[in-house]
Amino acid sequence: MMSGGDSTSILTIALLIALNLLLFSLLIGLFRAWLGPSIEDRFSAILLLGTGGVAMLLILAILLQITALYDVALVLALLAVVGTVALTQSESNHD
Amino acid sequence: MIDALAILAIFSGLFFFLSGSIGLLRLPDLFSRLHALAKADNVGLALVALGVIMLEPVLINDIKIVIIWFLVMAASAISSHLVARSALRKNRDDD
Repeated sequence: MMSGGDSTSILTIALLIALNLLLFSLLIGLFRAWLGPSIEDRFSAILLLGTGGVAMLLILAILLQITALYDVALVLALLAVVGTVALTQSESNHD
Repeated sequence: MIDALAILAIFSGLFFFLSGSIGLLRLPDLFSRLHALAKADNVGLALVALGVIMLEPVLINDIKIVIIWFLVMAASAISSHLVARSALRKNRDDD
């Protein structure tokens, strides 16, 4: 965690609030994945989880001062699209 | 000063993320949900990445964040296109 003066702690608190709001937004997306009548609605929720996960990892990298988390964000961005491509292609080959 | 600007950018990005998630939950059909999700989330991620770039002092990490942003934009466009095409194909088969 960051240490230092008053402005740094305000920054830490603001980043923690931002992280929680982002988690809340991902929770709303998961709710759509739970409801979602068609399988495509669930794919779009996965899309949201990929983008939101990258944003969360970027904020966490600043908050915890771990630069390796940028690489994790890069891999997550790649894996989200690979998952969606695999799922949609298996759907279209099915019929 | 730069911290305040970064917090402003991150929180305006969160506004876009939350509106994208609410759009994913509330809009009536799959295509309008994808429309809300894919665009709002990418603007949100751009603003969050801008805020993180302001806070990150190391240049190579800044470049990495920009690369992540472009990758997520390409990934999101491709995945949205695939999901929409798979849904359209399914609709056509039903008719």
